Amino acid sequence: MELQHVNVKILVDGDITVDPGRFIDVFHRWIREGVIEGLLIDVADYRHVPHGPGVMLIGFDFDYSMDNAGGNWGMLYNHKSPLDGNNDDRLSTALKSAAQACKLLETEFADDGLKFSRQGFELIINDRALAPNTDETWDACQPILQSFLKSALGHEEFELQRESEPRRRFGVTVETKQPLDFDALA
Amino acid sequence: MKASNSLWKERLDGQLSAQMADELDTFEMEIDLRRQGKVDEKVFAETRLRRGAYGQRYDNGQRYDGVETRQLAFRDDAETKGPNTAWDAPGMQRIKIPFGGMTPDQLEVMAELAEEYSDGIAHITTRQDFQLHFVHIEDATALMRRLAAVGITTREACGNSVRNVTGCPFAGVCADEAFDVSPYADALTQFLLGHPDAQNFGRKFKPSFSGCHQHSCGLAAMHDMGMTAVTREVDGETKRGFRVVVGGGLGTVPYQAKVFDEFMAPEELLPIAQAMSKVFAKHGEKKVRSRARIKFLVANWGIEKFRETVLEERAKLEHDPRWTELIEGAEGEQETPLNPPGDLPESNGDVEFGHWLKTNIRTQRQDGYFTATVALPLGDMTADQLRSLADIARKFTNGTIRTTVEQNFVIRWVSGADVSALYQELAAAGLGEAGAGAILDIVSCPGTDTCKLGISSSRGLAAELRKRLSEKIFELDEAIQSLHIKISGCFNSCGQHHVADIGFYGVARGVHGYKVPHFQVVLGGQWEENAGSYGLPIVAIPSKRIPDAVERITGYYLKSREKGEQFVHFVNRVGKTKIRQELDHLTQNLPEHDADPDFYADWADPREYTTGDIGKGECAGEVISAYEFAMSDAERMVFNAQVLLEEGGSQKAGEEAYSAMIKSAKALVQIDYDDVSNDPDEVVEEFEERFCDTGVFYDPFAGPKFANYLLAAHKSAATPFTAESAHYRIEEAQLFIEAVHSCYTKEKTTAG
Ligand code: SF4
Repeated sequence: MELQHVNVKILVDGDITVDPGRFIDVFHRWIREGVIEGLLIDVADYRHVPHGPGVMLIGFDFDYSMDNAGGNWGMLYNHKSPLDGNNDDRLSTALKSAAQACKLLETEFADDGLKFSRQGFELIINDRALAPNTDETWDACQPILQSFLKSALGHEEFELQRESEPRRRFGVTVETKQPLDFDALA
Repeated sequence: MKASNSLWKERLDGQLSAQMADELDTFEMEIDLRRQGKVDEKVFAETRLRRGAYGQRYDNGQRYDGVETRQLAFRDDAETKGPNTAWDAPGMQRIKIPFGGMTPDQLEVMAELAEEYSDGIAHITTRQDFQLHFVHIEDATALMRRLAAVGITTREACGNSVRNVTGCPFAGVCADEAFDVSPYADALTQFLLGHPDAQNFGRKFKPSFSGCHQHSCGLAAMHDMGMTAVTREVDGETKRGFRVVVGGGLGTVPYQAKVFDEFMAPEELLPIAQAMSKVFAKHGEKKVRSRARIKFLVANWGIEKFRETVLEERAKLEHDPRWTELIEGAEGEQETPLNPPGDLPESNGDVEFGHWLKTNIRTQRQDGYFTATVALPLGDMTADQLRSLADIARKFTNGTIRTTVEQNFVIRWVSGADVSALYQELAAAGLGEAGAGAILDIVSCPGTDTCKLGISSSRGLAAELRKRLSEKIFELDEAIQSLHIKISGCFNSCGQHHVADIGFYGVARGVHGYKVPHFQVVLGGQWEENAGSYGLPIVAIPSKRIPDAVERITGYYLKSREKGEQFVHFVNRVGKTKIRQELDHLTQNLPEHDADPDFYADWADPREYTTGDIGKGECAGEVISAYEFAMSDAERMVFNAQVLLEEGGSQKAGEEAYSAMIKSAKALVQIDYDDVSNDPDEVVEEFEERFCDTGVFYDPFAGPKFANYLLAAHKSAATPFTAESAHYRIEEAQLFIEAVHSCYTKEKTTAG
């Protein structure tokens, strides 16, 4: 099974301590200063949408957002273009990129105490043709994800919870017993 | 772009009509051919536009980052997808929703597409369409196949074609309508889609249906072809018909439609639409884009000649059985409810529910049933919300939902007994906001967020106004609560600012040597009576001061209105001079750049608005002074023209507007040629030579449009003015002045 267009969302730890409008300024600066490698195009502001995508940094191959889906603020990385390599490479790119962005934002907003959760993350495959949210996909993906996470996290103390609403994209919530190490991931 | 694009064709095999499948195979081939450089870029651009695949801001590969303009590093080995449009640049996909009618299954597919191909947001437009942004052209056919599998086409969603046929979202359930226009809107959609007589237009053609004259749900008067349902008693029998108007439209200069027929029999609707299409294709302007809408043909010919020509064409048409087949059974068509009728609940002290009941619930003409409006902020909704809405529509109704021209959804056939539960579920999905159709429910075009032509941030301003108003909406006086605000990012009126109580459109102005985003304040428009009258701009105010302007205008209205006086009547009574006086201070004492850099940026965008150091003090002081002096005179004159028009002096108003154009043209000419006289012939001749022949004055997108306003006005200077032609001249003068400002700033920047 080929997994492409991997999304990773790392939630903010506790309540968000930063006015989301400030992410607009930061993302514009990231574009100007080339803080993130790759082609960055623009910033989209969806703060007016309840439980929406918040503030997005739109790129060509990927988007980063301070996303508020489900009313939960978090850093969402969405890889949009197809990636070469194997599933592990693609999963790893998404997880690393999300962790790196979290680190950058924690530094930017250190004074405001912005922290991202080390307890886990959401992982979504944003392609219903490749990975419909079915039992077959779950059966095929579980070993791929287990093996990847074991190697990426460096331990086996994690649990996967599958997205249960069949109309939503295939995805899992990863809960880890040992805290995530953003430095190691990024 | 998606790795799975090639999979959808096989996966959806058999679920698309043969015609849709063929069309999309062809489009896929056209994309391939363009990739190989075998199709001309201009041809490909129109091809994709006719499939709804539109350009988006920065697709020319350039973006100002707040300090300098940078190249966006799209692959340079890739072809373009149109002139000056990078292949890889994300674009906008418009999706036609005829008369706004959707099913829950379609909502679910829209949710999938928003997530997989776009930025997770589906946006409803002011013409009941959906738009997805940041879509890659190579994803387009997979996306379109998925839509086609649930019966949606994007064909002719853009380009020089018949656009979405819009219609009242309350059709069939409204107590005020003559009859349900939905089956006729559906018939016209089917009939004109891909019709050979509707393929060769110089510009787009927008039809619309309304069920009554008095309300604004269909906005018939501002459409190329507008149909309003009417009935007549003939030999004791009630007969259906349409009052058909033609040649309306907003755009840069708005035109009120002219009556083509006071009572057209339904059987004549499709053949007349076909004949009209033929006449428009044959006689409509093709070369000068800015004059290519049907409104110009109607205005040039006059409605009598236009009508005569269409009727001649109608008489020559070969009979088509679809003219009647498509409307067969229309009189008996009726949606059905899911649940038995019931009474509307009380709010029982639940304040938010009470507000929602008041603004979002409307009584249907069928006893015990109601429509519930889902008010969407700026027309945006998430994929999860689309799925929730699908669930709610299935749970409480037979899936009867429609998009609206106010960028909302309407759920129809809700039993009164279900209203409370429906509200709870909408609120849980973040869709239970009160204030539908109220001052909070601001309509905005995409503006600088994604539109290539955006001048100021209409969505940024709309979000800011929403934020401020939502804190106090239900504390405001009822008269204020019910006002309509509509915002366009530029003069092109996609936000329908001309028909708002308070409209705004984006312009840029120089302040202390920098560019500053502004909005023209447009007053005097009317939303009711199907967009019964159009407003005029009274003053340009810096973007960051627009919230203050709204406060001032509404405050003044509250203080000075007569009992029960509607806003549009208030504006006409007190006159624009007085209202402008209320606002004048907002255009004065503008802060220096260093004292308030935020003033020099747009809403929700920290980048400095200007393209840098715009020739601060670079030109000779004398010339600048002469220019600025002349321009301020020109602006005063165009405002005075409005006042004259208000007082009934059409001739004087038209002449004053024309003089304002000459004045501003001279201001520009004078920079190069100080000795130019006041003689209009000389001014225009010099202007043409220096600014038209060289192309210097031409707008990068609108081309010679604004220069042509001057040339046409000069040519017809001796023609007497009617109230209508004076109104147009004032609009044109205002736009010409804006263009002079742009040209001047551009020239200064280049010179600097
Ligand atoms: S009004 Fe102007 S900015 Fe707004 S969508 Fe239309 S062209 Fe773009």
